[in-house]
Amino acid sequence: MLEIKDLHATVDGNEILKGINLSIKPGEVHAIMGPNGSGKSTLAKVLAGHPAYEVTKGEVLYEGKNLLELAPDERAREGVFLAFQYPIEIPGVSNAQFLRLAYNEKRKHLGEEELDPLEFKDLLKERAAIVEMDASFMTRAVNEGFSGGEKKRNEILQMAVLEPKLAVLDETDSGLDIDALRIVAGGVNKLRNSENAIILVTHYQRLLNYIVPDYVHVLAGGRIVREGGKELALELEEKGYDWIKAQAAGSGSTAGASQAS
Amino acid sequence: MVTEIAKEQGAYAAPFRRLQEKTGTDAPSWVARLRESAFNSFERLGFPSVRQEEWKYTNVAPIAKANFEPAVENESALDAAQLQPFVYEESRASRLVFVNGFYSPELSSTEALPEGVVALDLAAALREEKYAETLRGQLARGADFGENAFTALNTSFIESGAFVLVPEGAQVEAPLHLLFISDGQSLSSPRVLIVAGRGSTATVIESYAGAREGDAYFTNAVVEVSLGEGARLNHYKVQRESTDAFHVATTRAALARSSAFNLTTITLGARLSRHDVQVTLDAEGAECWVDGLYIVGGTQHTDTHSVIDHRRPHCTSHQLYKGILDGKSRAVFNGKVFVREGAQQTDAQQTNRNLLLSNEARVDTKPQLEIFADDVKCAHGATVGQLEAEELFYLTSRGLNAELARNLLTYGFAEEVIEKIKIDSIRAQLDEAVLNRLHSNLETKNL
Repeated sequence: MLEIKDLHATVDGNEILKGINLSIKPGEVHAIMGPNGSGKSTLAKVLAGHPAYEVTKGEVLYEGKNLLELAPDERAREGVFLAFQYPIEIPGVSNAQFLRLAYNEKRKHLGEEELDPLEFKDLLKERAAIVEMDASFMTRAVNEGFSGGEKKRNEILQMAVLEPKLAVLDETDSGLDIDALRIVAGGVNKLRNSENAIILVTHYQRLLNYIVPDYVHVLAGGRIVREGGKELALELEEKGYDWIKAQAAGSGSTAGASQAS
Repeated sequence: MVTEIAKEQGAYAAPFRRLQEKTGTDAPSWVARLRESAFNSFERLGFPSVRQEEWKYTNVAPIAKANFEPAVENESALDAAQLQPFVYEESRASRLVFVNGFYSPELSSTEALPEGVVALDLAAALREEKYAETLRGQLARGADFGENAFTALNTSFIESGAFVLVPEGAQVEAPLHLLFISDGQSLSSPRVLIVAGRGSTATVIESYAGAREGDAYFTNAVVEVSLGEGARLNHYKVQRESTDAFHVATTRAALARSSAFNLTTITLGARLSRHDVQVTLDAEGAECWVDGLYIVGGTQHTDTHSVIDHRRPHCTSHQLYKGILDGKSRAVFNGKVFVREGAQQTDAQQTNRNLLLSNEARVDTKPQLEIFADDVKCAHGATVGQLEAEELFYLTSRGLNAELARNLLTYGFAEEVIEKIKIDSIRAQLDEAVLNRLHSNLETKNL
């Protein structure tokens, strides 16, 4: 589904990704872990097409297509989804309006009939149940005045509505209390199936207790420095990131890595 | 230069004389004297120049040079079908229509107004003895023609217009729509006087439109509002003149004790528009909301000058003006809040926010506070910005194309003002203006 080959990317002239290689098949869950500044979020944003990040080398194939040639909205309509680490507030636009627009844009792209407000309302109600959000959130402006946990749940609601083939969850666990974490993780698990793939970008192992990954990749200094199964996450939890950082520093420069988030 | 300006003012002398002679017989003599006095004032003041502080950013020379001929009655033959694009369903049977400033009984209907509510042609009201005292006491008492040349010009041509009297305690449900349509190339001088009695509640929509897009004409309106004790008035001004037209208007409201004036001004049309809003909070407990939304593009120019005058203690004012500018358009916002000596416990808020959709659009915004009391709560602020890149990315990352994302953010920006509007048809009209093709996708508002 996704082939990342020797991916290099810069932001504001600083090289953050320095040759990422990653291969993901349908039905798989991959965790990307690593210390702050390792390039985890940069990788997530590059996959979604954030304009501030420039790919300087390498390629990304998504279902055989060159993902990097597609605009962010085209990627989304093709089934790529990024759950933001810091979801954006959109004053004056209701959640329901926004979700229906996004949903219908995708339907149009797939040559399917658009849903009218009533039909969409039914669908939205069903999807909102996945993240235990009640109807009051639908009439409120997108993320405006939402708590941190509500914003993250809203991201997963968007995922539930758009049903992406490839979902990249960027630190979706950060800032969540244990109940919210359980709801968010439960939602993701319900959406997980043999057709889609999920990339979990996270600093902590905690989320992986709830969403169990098939593979764990450890990023440091813009490169993947360790790979393994879910047990690697436990090892990191126990030993911390210092030994990984030391390893990365030993194998190459980390200049500019502190710019990444 | 001097002689040229004199000539431009002179263009109005002959029509003015004709009016004075024509109605000399049926309008009360005080009206003739009022006009005379206003015309003297207009001749003395002349059209303002950009050298005057209040007109620094708005050059009205094109209005002066065009020498618009004052409209006369019965020049137009507009029919009800041509009116359709400009009417609001909510006011189907509570509507006064004015063509070029003159009342059109055939196009108007006031059936939905309760007994006792007066909504009349000003010319007719002036002929009736029972309104003489009210009219004499109120007409041209608020809008000062001694200082403002456009008000003076309007007052010189007082003839037809709207006279609205809401009796004490009346609760008027149907919004009264005062629809001013321009048909042709002339100068219209719409005049409105609204007197709301003690404890009454009413809604007035004042709207301006051109019969044909592309017509070049000049609307010069003056609206005076007087609210009695505890009266509440929701007032909408919707300006969607032809984009080749000129629109200058003054809204002057005087608020008695515990009264509430809620004005929302929507500006979409005209090549050049200027709106002067003056609200005086004349007694304790009065409250006003003065909100606005201007959406301009191309080479449109719009100017809002507001004065909120806190004259007595315990009054509250809220002001929110938002602007969306595209193309090479230009907006001016000048908002003054006065808190007079002794007006303690004043609460005055003023905000002006502007969204520039192009690099060539320009805004000059100047909020001003002048406070002569010490126990007050006042805040003001102004911003001019563009769409946020992070917001655009967020929307596009959900599959909305860049244009749709821009439209949706623009819509969201305007929504803060639009959502306060209680008339569905006006809201729908604005959603359409903001979104155009996106409109059909967004009927889900109340989902």
